[in-house]
Amino acid sequence: MTTANGTPEVDLVDYDDAVARYDPVFGIEVHVELGTRTKMFCPSIVVFGDEPNTAVSPVSLGLPGALPVVNGTAVEYAIRIGLALNCSIAETCRFARKNYFYPDVPKNFQTSQSDEPIAYDGWLDVELDDGAVFRVDIERAHMEEDAGKNTHVGGSTGRIQGAEYSLIDYNRAGIPLVEVVTRPITGAGMRTPEVARAYVQTLRDIFRALDVSEARMERGNVRADVNLSLRATSDSPLGTRTETKNVNSFRAVERAVRYEISRQAAILDAGGSITQETRHWHEDTGTTTAGRIKSDSDDYRYFPEPDLAPVSPDRAWVEQIRAALPEMPAARRRRLQGDWGFADAEMRDVINASAVDIIASTVAAGASPAAARKWWMGELARTAKQLDVELADLTITPTQVGELQWLVDAGRINDKLARQVLEGVLAGEGGPEQVLIARGLEVVSDDGPLLAAIDAALAAQPDIAQKIRSGNLGPVGSIIGAVMKTTRGQADAGRVRELVLERVTPA
Amino acid sequence: MSTLSRDEVARVAALARIDLTPAELDRLAGELRVIVDAVASVSTVATADVPATSHPLPLMNVFRADIPEPSLPVAEVLAGAPAAMEGKFLVPQILEED
Amino acid sequence: MTDLTRLTAADLAGRLTSRDVSSVEATQAHLDRIAAVEPALHSFLYVNGDEALATARDVDSRRAAGEKLHALAGVPIAIKDIVVTKGMPTTAGSKILEGWIPPYDATITTRIRAAGLPILGKTNMDEFAMGSSTEHSAFGNTHNPWDLDRIPGGSGGGSAAAVAAYEAPLAIGTDTGGSIRQPAAVTGTVGVKPTYGGVSRYGLIALASSLDQAGPVTRTVLDSALLHELIGGHDPRDSTSIDEPLPGLVAAARQGRSGDLTGMRVGVISELTGEGYQPGVRARFTESLEVLRGAGAEIVEVSCPHFTYALGAYYLILPSEASSNLAKFDGMRFGLRVEPSEGKVTAESVMGATRGAGFGDEVKRRIILGTYALSAGYYDAYYGSAQKVRTLIQRDFAAAFAQTDVLVSPTTPTTAFKLGEKLDDPLAMYLNDVATIPANLAGIPGLSVPNGLSDDGLPVGFQVLAPAKADDRLYRVGAALEALLEAQWGGPILAKAPELEVAR
Ligand SMILES: [Mg+2]
Ligand SMILES: [Zn+2]
Repeated sequence: MTTANGTPEVDLVDYDDAVARYDPVFGIEVHVELGTRTKMFCPSIVVFGDEPNTAVSPVSLGLPGALPVVNGTAVEYAIRIGLALNCSIAETCRFARKNYFYPDVPKNFQTSQSDEPIAYDGWLDVELDDGAVFRVDIERAHMEEDAGKNTHVGGSTGRIQGAEYSLIDYNRAGIPLVEVVTRPITGAGMRTPEVARAYVQTLRDIFRALDVSEARMERGNVRADVNLSLRATSDSPLGTRTETKNVNSFRAVERAVRYEISRQAAILDAGGSITQETRHWHEDTGTTTAGRIKSDSDDYRYFPEPDLAPVSPDRAWVEQIRAALPEMPAARRRRLQGDWGFADAEMRDVINASAVDIIASTVAAGASPAAARKWWMGELARTAKQLDVELADLTITPTQVGELQWLVDAGRINDKLARQVLEGVLAGEGGPEQVLIARGLEVVSDDGPLLAAIDAALAAQPDIAQKIRSGNLGPVGSIIGAVMKTTRGQADAGRVRELVLERVTPA
Repeated sequence: MSTLSRDEVARVAALARIDLTPAELDRLAGELRVIVDAVASVSTVATADVPATSHPLPLMNVFRADIPEPSLPVAEVLAGAPAAMEGKFLVPQILEED
Repeated sequence: MTDLTRLTAADLAGRLTSRDVSSVEATQAHLDRIAAVEPALHSFLYVNGDEALATARDVDSRRAAGEKLHALAGVPIAIKDIVVTKGMPTTAGSKILEGWIPPYDATITTRIRAAGLPILGKTNMDEFAMGSSTEHSAFGNTHNPWDLDRIPGGSGGGSAAAVAAYEAPLAIGTDTGGSIRQPAAVTGTVGVKPTYGGVSRYGLIALASSLDQAGPVTRTVLDSALLHELIGGHDPRDSTSIDEPLPGLVAAARQGRSGDLTGMRVGVISELTGEGYQPGVRARFTESLEVLRGAGAEIVEVSCPHFTYALGAYYLILPSEASSNLAKFDGMRFGLRVEPSEGKVTAESVMGATRGAGFGDEVKRRIILGTYALSAGYYDAYYGSAQKVRTLIQRDFAAAFAQTDVLVSPTTPTTAFKLGEKLDDPLAMYLNDVATIPANLAGIPGLSVPNGLSDDGLPVGFQVLAPAKADDRLYRVGAALEALLEAQWGGPILAKAPELEVAR
């Protein structure tokens, strides 16, 4: 069955046909790296992308003699996650050793929680793009530690002639993880890929709201393993599942699930059976391929970690954490939509652009919700798209957008000038006020220069002046236009119109 | 309880990543069979009503404050490594993970 | 002039404090003794002469400058090679760690350095502390100073022999199932396994995490108390470390030396006497009970019915934990790396080849046994059952300590056996630890103090056990017995040991 990476093993079944004939069942394991200052079991700092092996200790390197000590903040974060996912928090739980040999696992066991997770039996309501809500049952959320990172070096490029080897950096080894495991999710039918994606996205938003992780997918802070199986009908027993590992973007989750449904359907259609195996997702080809099937892969020889004391979170502490939980993203979105008066479609656009927080901050900076939406979903969204970055990555802050709108509201700039100010801010010329002054963009509010410009315009177009005088106000616009040109757009058009009419029809 | 076969010892040695010569395997299988038979008596008193003890003293909630300490110097870290390159540990080719 | 190596640590400390002798003199005397007797004994895997003398010089100058120093400052010490020492090779007696120089110190090492004790070197041991004879060291066995053809006990035979042969007044041992107490018994020295969690395990190369404890190896009970107080107490780097002050150990030892045990209830564990114990061992034990009775102690018999299963539970729990603790020795990050003689060179094949070549027989036996006991389908019958037996043994102890203050037994069933005698019979080797193992399973403290010579002229040890965190009782009873017996003998037991041939 196994073929070279990326080559489909079977002719896929059309997705719509597959979900018409089979009932997909899936489950997701999400690992989130916690944003604590130090690692799960030692005081090495948690860093991303630093020089290799510069955030390590005897513990995170698994040196002989080293002993782990639990990071209390990581426990608190795990409880936060558990509570946000409506889980029960264990009265007592222990860490266990999951024994397996792998060079990026320094001790050759991962300290994890096997049958005693800190949080269990929860649920999460997942909102789909069209506003429909799908409830996902959470089996458990448990604490564990991350592994190091290995880079494979091929023989042709490696310095050791002809040899293949790997280089290992243990900076990531020991970073606290919480693994959230769902129960088998049924009933999503043809929307299965979308539910899978929305679930991971919802979790990511929750991790951020809880302030337990930066939860940046592109950095691997959040990683998903997707289990999927097909069965004939919703009454049939569960089919054999595959586990697609490390699917690391929302879109990839959706695609991987979709792909596995089509692939498994093809095998079943042909009378074949699904092999229980782990599979790898290939972003480039949009396919999954089989991982190595190892005979001993499941014999992890779990046993309670003798080097660590059991964790028995004090009930008062748990209640204190519960009371301090922030509003969950879905509830907050509903509240904000009401506060802002956005239509459902408007709000969905904002959510899909990941602009809720940005708009909230812009409103907090004094802009009206409508104005904030106008800037971020309009001019700035276009800029972000051109630059192929997220809104949040633009070099303009919500506070600056608020300031910009304030300048407009104060009449110091008009909309057209505001766009120029925005351009300056994005170009790194400073804040709105600074750009406005540096570029000399302020609206001319002094009547003197305006009157001079008006007189000049009237003198230059005597026929038009005559028409206006005779009561034909149609051509006023051409005088205004001329004045705007002279003042390089910095005049308030309304005021110019008033002054023109004063000038040509003496009271 | 099953007695320990030579094949079983070979399987477990592989699980423990210990290469054994055929002669070693023969000898170990014999010795281990004797030892396993001798220790197996524990199951006769380990009845369902007896709780297991994983830690000799009843400790609970031993936590560390989330305060960083400096890293071991990378030079010292790699000084003890069998091979290193570019600040990283160099290991033989890792077969595809499962 | 007195031979400085013959002084107890307490006496030497006194003479250093009064500046009667210097630490450099004391350290040099021990280094000279090491040079003289090592060819016969092989107690040390590494002698740390230059650094020890540098520490001694530093202590001498600080003392001369009037600095307030630790009571043991300047008294040299030997450290079992399972304790991680920065800048000094640490092998745990294994080829797989040959030449490894740790980049950090164990907490014990840090405390010893901070107190200014010159570290003489690292002592020999059974590989990864697996054994009772030091014959499982990858670097050759250590000989018993009482009879060079006999074992010095194990796994800490190096530390015990070094102390018995006056190579060091103090040594560090570790005790997972008797590795401090059994060598002490067979070399005529004192050894203490503290309460589990009483001494930090940070930086001890782990054998079985739930059983391991480091402790003192000395020639007198008071010296053990002094060293125990130095290395003991809470360490935040060890999650299983007890976060309470130690009881007064030195005070208890000094109190014990008065020889008065009035009101002390001493329980004799019926399961740890009688059959299987050498007649000379039994005779000395009975005599010692009479000595304690004479000192005012009340002797009662107690039964610990589940001790019968202790050895089985121990030889499941230890190998299981060890199989996991020793997984890190794989040739990837430190230590030995061996490529397979045939087949593809991959991380996986190199791990197998390294571990196949780097571990000795006993280590392989126990790792495979432990892997088996934890593997799918066997866990409940083996590891799970063993942990239940652990509960039963704790209950036995709890019931016994409800009637008594301390429990006693012979430390070992026999005196030192001949080198090679039990090497091919692992099970016979394991039986040496039958009396010491229950304390490790229950986490309680135990002490072995010499209580005479058997019919074969070899030393015998007397074991005292106390409830968890009541280590002070060991010292009181141990010091009392020591004082009363030495009064009978007219001096310490080691005075009866033959003088070693000295290399010149
Ligand atoms: Mg998984
Ligand atoms: Zn995991």
